[in-house]
Amino acid sequence: MPASPQVPDAPELLVLTHIQAIDPGSGLDAVVDIVVEQGRITRVGRDAAGEELRRAGRVIDGTGLWALPAFVDLHAHLREPGEEYKEDVASGLAAAAAGGFAHVCCMPNTKPVNDTRAVTEAILARAAAVGGVALHPIGAITRKLEGHELTEMADLRDAGAVAVSDDGRCVGSSAVMRRALEYARTFDLPVIQHAEDHALTEGAQMHDGPTATRLGLRGWPRVAEDVIVARDVLLAEATGARYHVAHVSSAGAVRILREAKSRGLRVTAEVTPHHLLLTDEAVLGYETACKVNPPLREARDRQALREALADGTIDAIATDHAPHSSLEKEVEFALAAPGMIGLELVVPLLLDLVRQGALPLSRLVDALTRAPARIVGLEAPAIAVGRRAELAIVAPERRYKLEGLRSKSRNTPFWGREVVGSVELTLAGGRVVYRRAPAASTGGAEAR
Amino acid sequence: MSHAAESQHPSGGRHGRHGHRHLLETAGLGAADAYRILDAAETFFEVSRRPMRKVPTLRGKTVINMFFEASTRTRTSFELAGKRLSADVINFSGSASSTTKGETLRDTIATMEAMNPDVLVIRHSASGAPHHATHYTRAAVVNAGDGTHEHPTQALLDAFTMRRHKKELRGLRVAICGDVVHSRVARSNIHLLRTLGADVCIAGPRTLLPSGPEWLGVPAYDRVEPALEGADVAMMLRIQRERLTGALLPSMREYSRTFGLNPRRLALCKPDCLVMHPGPMNRGVEIDPEVADGAQSAILDQVEAGVAVRMAVLWQLAAEPHEPLPG
Repeated sequence: MPASPQVPDAPELLVLTHIQAIDPGSGLDAVVDIVVEQGRITRVGRDAAGEELRRAGRVIDGTGLWALPAFVDLHAHLREPGEEYKEDVASGLAAAAAGGFAHVCCMPNTKPVNDTRAVTEAILARAAAVGGVALHPIGAITRKLEGHELTEMADLRDAGAVAVSDDGRCVGSSAVMRRALEYARTFDLPVIQHAEDHALTEGAQMHDGPTATRLGLRGWPRVAEDVIVARDVLLAEATGARYHVAHVSSAGAVRILREAKSRGLRVTAEVTPHHLLLTDEAVLGYETACKVNPPLREARDRQALREALADGTIDAIATDHAPHSSLEKEVEFALAAPGMIGLELVVPLLLDLVRQGALPLSRLVDALTRAPARIVGLEAPAIAVGRRAELAIVAPERRYKLEGLRSKSRNTPFWGREVVGSVELTLAGGRVVYRRAPAASTGGAEAR
Repeated sequence: MSHAAESQHPSGGRHGRHGHRHLLETAGLGAADAYRILDAAETFFEVSRRPMRKVPTLRGKTVINMFFEASTRTRTSFELAGKRLSADVINFSGSASSTTKGETLRDTIATMEAMNPDVLVIRHSASGAPHHATHYTRAAVVNAGDGTHEHPTQALLDAFTMRRHKKELRGLRVAICGDVVHSRVARSNIHLLRTLGADVCIAGPRTLLPSGPEWLGVPAYDRVEPALEGADVAMMLRIQRERLTGALLPSMREYSRTFGLNPRRLALCKPDCLVMHPGPMNRGVEIDPEVADGAQSAILDQVEAGVAVRMAVLWQLAAEPHEPLPG
């Protein structure tokens, strides 16, 4: 991983002074000094870095900056193997580093599908060669994502898979889903469902609502998500398995999840930044950048998602980073592939929700760190003495234009938008994996 | 005309083309712009009835009809309109096109653009395809029907026909009946007629209305009778056979009996109610043959109006600014 000359990859001693450290997991919200030695956090506290340390190490003046535990993404498409022209493990992890992430879980809908130990190992070997951000593959639930035969989940887990999902496809058969939950439970793997009753969404292009009706695009009704979440909650209850709903988009699914959680079921959920920020009206003008699956919904859904995230009904924020090239996006809307990139957009986009008062900062941090780590059984990054350094250093007030990202793809409606809040430095696995290029550039350009 | 998708190119552009204006939809088309087209169409309507049905208005202009979806009446209508204006008209049909060889719409449009057309008339099965095309050409784009989105010249010719028969569009009670959710004709008519002050409602079985019947912004009924009651215009939409396979309708027989326009239902309308249909008709399904051929039917008037209205649209988009309407 290329890093800037100012801070070496694995500094022997890095000192962050007078920085606002915010880590709800450690109960930390104070201006402190943070000392990282040999990749580990050795001191955290007011004026913890004495004169001696300051002279000896690399010092970053943290005045006006935040130190957060680095983020964990439950849901990214890194496209390798098979579609490396959109993204690959190296570019995907570089994008993750630039976004403040130390851990990324990648979805199995690659070519070939990650439905065997061999593919999982191949992906992990690529990640090891790249280094930096830790990659955690998610294996398929069913072979080739076809929804019929279970994958070798024990083997997948032993190879390093942290969960199973047929993301992009819903496990439609109640019988297969029941067996998947039963079987995955044996290996304590969460089953991540892409909740979509495909029979209800045949030919669907966007949310079934007034905008779709006006644009003449086939609608994807909320109920197609709700019926699957409702069914799966019942199956999770019957099997006692760990069930996780990917990219919740509808107010109805939120209601079902809230009820399930109130009964203490082992059910969790994630939401994407774009579902928290946009509505179906963003599609007006046939904006293929805003074609995502599940689709952007209406203001009342967005409000329900924000409230559910704030109150913990939705546990985590996941990017659903889905890179596509112009081949998939500069086409008729009906032919465009769904998805938008997200790994580098979390801080610049979501701090707005905090500023608007829609989400407490501590919940935002929790939803990006502890909550997702818990779902897939990872040790969550934390700002605590003795822990490996996994930090996202954020400049919350920095204003800039979103461009020059590290992802190979630029399919986001936010491209070129004026935003406030940037990731300045990311430490993952005890190493500096990203440092924002100085002023003139807007971040990440030095990696090209 | 619609400014919803103005291209970045300045007006005029090279070769003096009017690449800055399009007709993509009637949503957002202002009343003044609509009336300008309807008024010009009156002139062209007269031209179309002369022994010598040609004027030099678009001499030296090139119109390419790009029909990526089968069409007889609309293509013929646009072709005649262009030819009666003396434009050079080229027809490009989907089956013969490069699109079957895997070329993207973007590249097909760019290829046509390289030949400097003044107007691209586009019919496509994908909603928004003409809108997409505007990004890759400086020619004016006319939407000749895109998927289930809009068919703006159909709505204009319908309004033209209604105005000729009823004199005034304001306050006219128009019932649009049938497969509304899949109909680009219905969408374009709803937007345009509302802009022009008509009182529009829709009716049909719930399976063929939007999931939120109110989403199109007009009153909706799941039976045709309340919509037809007191109507000045009954506009029947085509029912396609494939609606039977998607569990949308049980049978054509039941549709005809329950929702078709027959003499009994026509009697619910005003005595001078106009019967309209965008064609092609399914006689005996959405419309009884007796009604289709009856005294109140304006179905062939619509077809005639189509040429005049399309002449007016092409004139608006492609004529030199100083070019007057032909006398």
